[in-house]
Amino acid sequence: MAHFDKAMPFSNKWMDQRLAVNTLQKVMSTEYWIPKNINFLWAMGMVLAATFGILLISGIFLLMYYVPDADNATAFDSVNYTIMSEVGYGWFWRHIHGVGASLVFLITYIHMFTGIYYGSYKRGRELIWLSGMGLFIAFSAEAFSGYMLPWGQMSYWAGMVITNLFEGATPDILGGALNFPHFVEWLRGDYVPGQAFLGRFFMLHVVLFPLVIMGLIVLHFGTLRIPHVNNQDGEEIDFEESAALWKAGRKKEAKVIPFNPVFLSKDVFVMGVYFILFFYLVFYHFEFAMDPVNFDPADPLKTPAHIYPEWYFLWSYEMLRPFSKNIGLLWFAFAQGILMALPFLDRSPNVAPANRRGLFKYWFWALLIDMIILTVMGKLPPTDATFSAIGYGAAVTFIGLWVVLPFITMMEKPVGGKK
Amino acid sequence: MKELKILAVVVFFTLVTYWGVEPYAHSQMHKHVEGEGFKYAEFKVDASKGNAENGKALIAGCVGCHSISSQKMAAPMDAVSAAAAYGVNPPDLSNAAAIYDEKFLVDLMKNPAHALGVEHKFDMAAGKMHPMPPMAGDDQSAADIVAYLKSIAPKLEEVTPKEAYENACGRCHAMRYAKWTQIGTVPKTKPNITTHQDIEKLKFDQKVAEYQGSLAKYMGKLPPDLSIMIRARSEHFLETFVENPQSQLPGTAMPRVGLSEEGYAKVEAYLEEVGDPSKSKREAVGPWVLGFFFIFTILAYLWKQSHWKELH
Repeated sequence: MAHFDKAMPFSNKWMDQRLAVNTLQKVMSTEYWIPKNINFLWAMGMVLAATFGILLISGIFLLMYYVPDADNATAFDSVNYTIMSEVGYGWFWRHIHGVGASLVFLITYIHMFTGIYYGSYKRGRELIWLSGMGLFIAFSAEAFSGYMLPWGQMSYWAGMVITNLFEGATPDILGGALNFPHFVEWLRGDYVPGQAFLGRFFMLHVVLFPLVIMGLIVLHFGTLRIPHVNNQDGEEIDFEESAALWKAGRKKEAKVIPFNPVFLSKDVFVMGVYFILFFYLVFYHFEFAMDPVNFDPADPLKTPAHIYPEWYFLWSYEMLRPFSKNIGLLWFAFAQGILMALPFLDRSPNVAPANRRGLFKYWFWALLIDMIILTVMGKLPPTDATFSAIGYGAAVTFIGLWVVLPFITMMEKPVGGKK
Repeated sequence: MKELKILAVVVFFTLVTYWGVEPYAHSQMHKHVEGEGFKYAEFKVDASKGNAENGKALIAGCVGCHSISSQKMAAPMDAVSAAAAYGVNPPDLSNAAAIYDEKFLVDLMKNPAHALGVEHKFDMAAGKMHPMPPMAGDDQSAADIVAYLKSIAPKLEEVTPKEAYENACGRCHAMRYAKWTQIGTVPKTKPNITTHQDIEKLKFDQKVAEYQGSLAKYMGKLPPDLSIMIRARSEHFLETFVENPQSQLPGTAMPRVGLSEEGYAKVEAYLEEVGDPSKSKREAVGPWVLGFFFIFTILAYLWKQSHWKELH
């Protein structure tokens, strides 16, 4: 039975008896233990959370003036005229939203490759990786649906191309069992992208996907709780013992630090550096995040000379492009799913930085470089024989890397002790 | 130090990716056209030897279709009828010599389809005449008319970017973010308070629609609205395209408009004014926001140091 002493309303004691604020503060911040042996890459999670916050706030401002009407360039003009010319600082929120959408993926990729490099996806941390991949997919859906909203040429044609993918394989395979033309119509609510299409992607972008993202962020934080955050050496730390040292004031000996204020102070510093870059881009270099083609209003009668997704989808787009339709779809699906399987394809028990892990060291850098090559080739015109040959080679390499991963990690020798 | 090395690796791969998907990809996606900076080297006739007095006598041949409002010479037809007759409303000539290249003007009067770069569309041998007849029989009379147009033209500084746009582009390209249509600025009208119908606006819209119908028939399609073309195309594309549309889009119906380098600068200024209105505000606010985050970062670093110095 709860016990309520007489206390000044809203005083600490009063609040603690009703909401356990002191326990909450300990559990969530001052006694949430993080390893001390980390570098700035460990701040990327909070940088992502902050970027999501900025996207949410700027999105709310944009939502007040955006009109999801596909007729007569109304949606297009609500973005490019109303928000850019008539709303005070509308341009500021729009540029923040555009740059933020690009940077959230840059930081996500850095965050992902950090996890792969330090082996932070195994020995209890599998769900951290899986929930993170869930966030990656949710953010991808959010980015794609948001890209439809200005209803420019690239919105329209990207919407056309991507929804066409759901048609599946050509009808001549397996008697058409993998061919779903009606599914595409169901997705679009029409034969081509139009009002129904824009309306539903608007809903997805501003309601459903953000809710999913927020839920997944909570889950992602939750999955960190029991296995704890990894550290630069993959060392297994006795968190309780170290926390006791810290609480006894032996900070130098303790291998952990509290989330608040010690870990957070470093996070905030890294965020400061990041925000300098962020706002430099917002004010002086925002064009990279806003494709020129999308400043032409959607025109169903005029296909742009080049159709390509935003840079963060290019590597998976290039998994599709060098092949014939059915094979391309197969590898595209493979590329979407295979990263999820990383904790199970890596057969080595070692949790250590890649540079101490035998062949995995080369595998890591090969994957990174291959994905960058895929990204660049995904944008270059496929009509050029050299580019399409490089793209084909990079796509085959990507598949090969995942095929060999279980074998090279099985052969890997155990990394003894720490360092 | 180790952290700086890690940062260098992250920055390196980020920049390589950026370079690949932005500058490099765009350089491969668009063919490179070397402009000539509005020099129009192919037009050889020296326009400077014209005699304005002779030109004044010859201008009668022009005002059969063109207005010269500064000289109180009105257009013989309104814009809608002119477009029905010629496909597009002929421009007013008051500012012509201020914004267009004089060698271009000379060539235009001798052989319009050649100067405008639309000989693929208007082939005299095949009986397809350009709506503007070759008015000047010889180099001298063309130079004389140009000399006259120069004598009545305002100084370039007196021509506003908006006027340059309206004359050079605005008879084909609307600019709805500046309330400009091919037949002029959208007039301020009021709807009837009880019926909510705005008959004056409907009448104006009908005229625009009729004009656009003639224009689209003449050009093959309705030329695009230029409200934010400054963001949809690169600076280099716009410049070389306006200088010689055929160089970027072979076969296009868009004529070369013959702007001089300074005349184009005016047009570009207007495209930017309408298409990128936040530029001055960005430049004013940017340093303050960046300054804020510099100070924020320094304070955050000091806070971090106060905790982390006792950890090792």
